[in-house]
Amino acid sequence: MELTATTTIRKPPPKVYAFWRDLGNLPTFMAHLEEIRTTGDRTSHWSATAPFGKNVEWDAEIVDEAPGETIAWRSTGKADVPNAGTVRFVPAPDGVSTEVHVVLSYDIPGGAIGKAVARYFGEEPHQQLDDDLRRLKQVMETGQVVRSDGAPWGKRARKEFPQRPAQPLSDSELAKGADA
Amino acid sequence: MRANTWAGRNKVEVRDVPDPKILNDRDAIVRITSTAICGSDLHLLDGYVPTMQDGDIMGHEFMGEVIEVGQGVDPGRLRVGDRVVVPFPIACGACGACAAELYSCCENSNPNAGIAEKMFGHPVAGIFGYSHLTGGFAGGQAQYARVPFADVGPLKIESDLTDEQVLFLSDILPTGYMGAEMCDIQSTDVVAVWGAGPVGQFAMDSARVLGAAKVIAIDKEPYRLQMAERAGHTPVNFEEVDVRSRLLELTGGRGPDKCIDAVGMEASHGSAHIHAYDRVKQAVRSETERPHALRQAILSCRSGGIVSVIGVYGGFLDKFPAGAWMNRALTLRTGQCHVQRYMNPLLQRIERGEIDPTRVITHTLPLDQAERGFEIFKNKQDHCEKVVLKP
Repeated sequence: MELTATTTIRKPPPKVYAFWRDLGNLPTFMAHLEEIRTTGDRTSHWSATAPFGKNVEWDAEIVDEAPGETIAWRSTGKADVPNAGTVRFVPAPDGVSTEVHVVLSYDIPGGAIGKAVARYFGEEPHQQLDDDLRRLKQVMETGQVVRSDGAPWGKRARKEFPQRPAQPLSDSELAKGADA
Repeated sequence: MRANTWAGRNKVEVRDVPDPKILNDRDAIVRITSTAICGSDLHLLDGYVPTMQDGDIMGHEFMGEVIEVGQGVDPGRLRVGDRVVVPFPIACGACGACAAELYSCCENSNPNAGIAEKMFGHPVAGIFGYSHLTGGFAGGQAQYARVPFADVGPLKIESDLTDEQVLFLSDILPTGYMGAEMCDIQSTDVVAVWGAGPVGQFAMDSARVLGAAKVIAIDKEPYRLQMAERAGHTPVNFEEVDVRSRLLELTGGRGPDKCIDAVGMEASHGSAHIHAYDRVKQAVRSETERPHALRQAILSCRSGGIVSVIGVYGGFLDKFPAGAWMNRALTLRTGQCHVQRYMNPLLQRIERGEIDPTRVITHTLPLDQAERGFEIFKNKQDHCEKVVLKP
């Protein structure tokens, strides 16, 4: 399965590139990622959240990069879901912004994992990547993922429909959300 | 705290809810001193805006005192103790739309942008108390509100103007003003305004301030037309006269140079069978709008004129007079108001006495009587024009 998405961010390409190249930043806006640990100059260890099943982890390596322009990576070793990605940072016509173009590809296996992955992406697999890039834009332009009372949990918002009502959270809801 | 909440179609209820808390670094918490019921709240009440949920706090016109700020708020912009009017669109100030002063199209302030995008093609800004389509933000018909991007939107009031003089900078005064501004008004222009509700009244006042030769008010409620007439505008009652003929009379057969639709999706109409057509289509949700005012504005406008739309539309409409629009070289301009763009200049006009926003206030009620406020406003009882609520 191949997913593509694009957004325009009002920051110059070197800045957006640098944020993405620091792979530890990816889980701040990509819904399915729990953590990325850098293990070498081009190697890293990725872990993904519950929808993929418990403790889905894999190693990845950067296979191509051009500072300020592009980064390409792929999973290595025996990943449960072999995957690869490319992101390009293209100067926008306005002279101040960056067009971010992302392509992700997943080699979805058969069996239980394949079913879980298919269920996770649902009928609209593009929606998640679109939302990921929206949050990247929020983080780059405003400093944080934007929260509302109806959608207070940032990158987990997708799972929250119908949402909680648009009224402030109680202390217990707030406490529960913080470590969930 | 106490807050007025949506409790299903045609029902609001003041309830006890938790106090708001800072969720993002650039939030502020405002203790609300005055808030209002907007005509567009009636579209929510009537159930014509999708994605409302039981318990949603309503209200997007409010002002008050800052009692807490997040760690990311620049103290040079906003501090605890400041008295502020809060604009209804939530805008980040940093995206491409905000850079172009299109604040109501902010690309970052709507956490539910994915849903809005499906409805509108591209997402729109977050709005306080205005459904989950615009973010699921708690509204301002409450004792307190959380205000995101508090270093961008809120306007500080440092003079001794009363709440009533500045409250409407949050929405209806800038909305009416933008309606007139989009008309590129010339000194020879006759401007016709459909709807003599509060936004329509401010569109009329703004058209005059911007130099229109004559301003015409179209409505069916005599008390609303009288209010417009007292402010110097020419009333036309569409239940008593044929609007098109009357407009031709008032303009020497040319038609108004500029037309403003300050009605939107729930218009009433003099023509029973067209009204019935739209009522039925809207009731079965195969058309979301009853766009009589817009159709009539397009058909009435002089060739080459501008039709400016500030009444709220949410979805799809039927029988759009595309032939009149195209063949007679009309320009159609619209938008949810980019309030942040107009707050300061309009505050100055209020200070100079050029516009008196208090003239539309007919009722002031305690917040706990919000339900009654909605009822009299919706049913136009007791000559209700604008309800201010005091938490």
